[in-house]
Amino acid sequence: MSLQRLWSRGAIYLVLTAFAAFYLMPFYVMLITSLKPYADVNITRMWELPRGIYLDGFLEAWRLVSPNFKNSVIITVPAALISAFIGSINGYIFAKWRFRGADTLFILFLVGMFLPYQGILIPLVLTLQALKLYGTVIGLILVHCIFGIPITALLFRSYYAGVPNELVDAAKIDGCGFFGIYRWILLPISMPAFAVVLLWQFTTIWNDYLIGLVVLSTPRLAPINVAVQNIAGSWSVEWNVQMAAALIAALPTVLVYLLLGRLFMRGLLAGALKG
Amino acid sequence: MQSKRVVNRRQFMKYLGFGATSAALMAACAAPAAPGATGGAQAPAQEAPAQGASGENQLEIFSWWTSGGEVEALNALYAIYSEKYPDVEIINAALAGGAGQGGNMKALLETRMQGGQPPDSFQVHLGRELIDSHVIPGRMEPLDFLYEEEGLYDVFPQDLIEIASYDGHPWSVPVNIHRSNVLWYRTDKLEAVGAEPPTTWDEFFEVAEMLKAAGIPALAVAENEPNFSGHVFETVLVAVMDPETYRGLFNGSTSWESEQVTQALEILNRAYDYANPDYLSTSWGDINDRYVADDGPAMMIMGDWTHGVLKSKGFTTYHWAPSPGTQGKFIVLSDSFGLPKNAPHRENAINWLRVCGSREGQDAFNPPKGSIPARTDADLSVYDEYQLEAMEDFKTNILVPSIQHGAAAKQSFVLDYAIALNVLATTRDVAAAQAQLIQAAEDAGFGA
Amino acid sequence: MAHKSIPATGERGVAASPITQKRRRSWLRSDMFIAVLVLTPSIIAVALFIYGFIGWTFYMSTVKWNSQVPDFTFVGLANWERLFSDRRFHIDLRNLVYYAAGFMTQCIVFGFIIAALLDQKIKGEAIYRTIIIFPFAVSGIVTGVAWRWLMQPSTGINLLFAKIGLENFQPTWNSHPQYGMWAVSIAAAWQFTGYVMALYLAGLRGIPNELREAAAIDGAGTFATYRHVIIPLLMPVTFTAIVLTGMNSIRVFDLVSAMSGSGPAFATDTLAFYMFQSTFGAYRYSLGAAIGSFMIFLSAFLIVPYLMSMRGEVER
Repeated sequence: MSLQRLWSRGAIYLVLTAFAAFYLMPFYVMLITSLKPYADVNITRMWELPRGIYLDGFLEAWRLVSPNFKNSVIITVPAALISAFIGSINGYIFAKWRFRGADTLFILFLVGMFLPYQGILIPLVLTLQALKLYGTVIGLILVHCIFGIPITALLFRSYYAGVPNELVDAAKIDGCGFFGIYRWILLPISMPAFAVVLLWQFTTIWNDYLIGLVVLSTPRLAPINVAVQNIAGSWSVEWNVQMAAALIAALPTVLVYLLLGRLFMRGLLAGALKG
Repeated sequence: MQSKRVVNRRQFMKYLGFGATSAALMAACAAPAAPGATGGAQAPAQEAPAQGASGENQLEIFSWWTSGGEVEALNALYAIYSEKYPDVEIINAALAGGAGQGGNMKALLETRMQGGQPPDSFQVHLGRELIDSHVIPGRMEPLDFLYEEEGLYDVFPQDLIEIASYDGHPWSVPVNIHRSNVLWYRTDKLEAVGAEPPTTWDEFFEVAEMLKAAGIPALAVAENEPNFSGHVFETVLVAVMDPETYRGLFNGSTSWESEQVTQALEILNRAYDYANPDYLSTSWGDINDRYVADDGPAMMIMGDWTHGVLKSKGFTTYHWAPSPGTQGKFIVLSDSFGLPKNAPHRENAINWLRVCGSREGQDAFNPPKGSIPARTDADLSVYDEYQLEAMEDFKTNILVPSIQHGAAAKQSFVLDYAIALNVLATTRDVAAAQAQLIQAAEDAGFGA
Repeated sequence: MAHKSIPATGERGVAASPITQKRRRSWLRSDMFIAVLVLTPSIIAVALFIYGFIGWTFYMSTVKWNSQVPDFTFVGLANWERLFSDRRFHIDLRNLVYYAAGFMTQCIVFGFIIAALLDQKIKGEAIYRTIIIFPFAVSGIVTGVAWRWLMQPSTGINLLFAKIGLENFQPTWNSHPQYGMWAVSIAAAWQFTGYVMALYLAGLRGIPNELREAAAIDGAGTFATYRHVIIPLLMPVTFTAIVLTGMNSIRVFDLVSAMSGSGPAFATDTLAFYMFQSTFGAYRYSLGAAIGSFMIFLSAFLIVPYLMSMRGEVER
């Protein structure tokens, strides 16, 4: 290894480490702030390590947001499961039953992926009110499932498109119908796709703020991110409590990411290399 | 793994179909992960109670009280209610986040009222905020019967009942009175420069110069988002106008184009020169922390809830006076509770209003809140020095309604008004701010 | 996606499935019919909740419902005129430009640089990757709460600056009345850059070594190779990144809510925030509907090209 090469390798590591430090910094600040007692949270000593581990901030934050945390679980898990299931069926139809106009319809579905919700918020509220679902957990789950239709259909369609049509044809010859093909051919190999879609929907729904804020109009039932913002909007702001609440809100999605991040990346590389 | 092909656009699209629109990137060759692994925590098998389900004996109260003395005060009311009606489960729906005072709470309240799913009762500023927002659209029940039964006509001051009334009926029960025009000054800071608390704006600027020489900001301002300056400005307006002219701003008899409005804007604009230099980065929620800091500003013009907040912070080196130029005037605002039509638990809600209007309720609520009771027959022994003074002033001063806190004008005007003053604080352009105020008054249809 | 072979269960399943003896052509049609039938609820949901609501919102922007009392008197484009002459709207558009420029540039430039560096057979690549992507797992509210604190002028980042001797460089970040939106875009890019980086990294991994070697044989240096070979090859990724970051710029709401709301003189106001406040704060439903419709209209400039490019893929 030449000296010059060594030097440039060193520079690369230096730059990457600087970036990594930047991406970690906010988490570091949140963590040390939330572990301080309120008396030690002040603007001049912000970067100092806590004098010990004080859990007051976390205990208070948990007291404030625990009902919302549970509610977020109650909302997110069913909504992710249902929308993954719907997405699987829709993806299957779009991939393997391409009736006339199916592709155009699919494109029309995809528009929903990009929608700024402000453009449909008012009718959404009015419609849910008319359906008597406004302000209910069921209503919010329904909304998340509907707005999840485009993305889940896209993911599953791409996945099922990779299944050779010969397989499907063979199954047809063997007498499998619409449901049979899905049940015996596609469902057994859908696990990776389900994992990805569930992850995606879980993260999206857990992190949602706007829809939860508008649809679940009862603070007690509000999703976790609304509760965190609610604490942040209070008058006498206890920063250690706020940071602790934010960390609690971030924990599930970060954990899921850390546990399954390898899957993401391996999938990413595999996806890019497929020929 | 080396591919033998150049990646082409199609492949990219194929992969992007997976990747681009999701963070989840999939591994066909990876071992399948159980879907159950995503949730991690198992959801506790509990049903979230359906909102306002019949048969449940509940009482849902909406408010934006989520911190310090406010919570203590609200809990005191809840405690009395629970003692009297032990079978009722109280649902405290308090929401503070969002833009402006009660921002998200008002937004959610509005969608619920609009959809005919009101809470049992909700905190609302007495006066135009309630009247324009919910009475005129026909969403509230008149409370004549309750005022009669509880004898409230005899214990609330006539001026207050007038603010609460529309079309000849009272629409809500005031639980407290707050005064908006209070100058909170730090005794240590004023002593340091040998100054007395200013009684006029001219004196204010003299004191401000002395403080400036000592490197102390004179006035606490928090204008990171609209509202704070709106509050200060109403006290300046009342200082430069007589009460009748001020009231005329909301019925068209006083024009927002008037010279006096310009004068008031100029005073406020000049005051910013003596504010904490980071006032554009400070939000209303942070201002009290800023005020009590060692290097904090010497004075703050704010409502008397500040008293409760400062007390809860254990801060003692401060005192109070009417804000400059407003001696003998009392800018009044009041938190109140009303009875929405179709309240899911109407009987419980009416009982809540009884507690709110009762002497016991008001004497429990107001000491921690820093406000004074709306009733004139309070038990004086539970109030502190500031509150006793305020009660005295409330009896003897001229009462005028607060703009920023919903007593004088409807909510959409308050929003526009606060925004105009935020623009003043930011651009320091008096003419532009006044033009916006004129526009806002026109929109609100004052005098129309 | 690569599939090895027919999964064993599938074969067994097919064999085990009941065999109907009639091999008429009609089954095709009837199965197709079932497929359409099963898809129908989704079609209805999308038609109503997406297209129906877009139309409904636009209709609401043409009526007079600007108070608590619903009023469906047709007023033509009065709400739109009011919106377009509104100072706050003009500031929001300015903010959108600032934010989009800052956010897109940071995501794409840094995302690409980090990906290119990680592509150099780095030790500990997985750790770097994990750290850089993981802000993407948190919500805009959490991001906002953290950065609001970091961007307090009297503390946070400025405190670090002061410690390294930059006492005179103390920006006001997101409370700057003119450029506050740039600061917000830093927080947003912190959240999103890792994701763009992941896209680029996958793209880079897909570029065969032969190409790089060929460029090297031609005497191209590292930079020339990137400029003439790699960056052009990665155009589809860049295009995708532009669409995604652009959409995010139009919609941003939770981050600004948590950071500073509309900020001083609307320095950090966004269309989404304005819409929310007009509708639910000032009860100007029709004005809110006009803002919402305008946002949909803006999005079309990104959605349509993107879908056009997808179209070819879809109809393979």
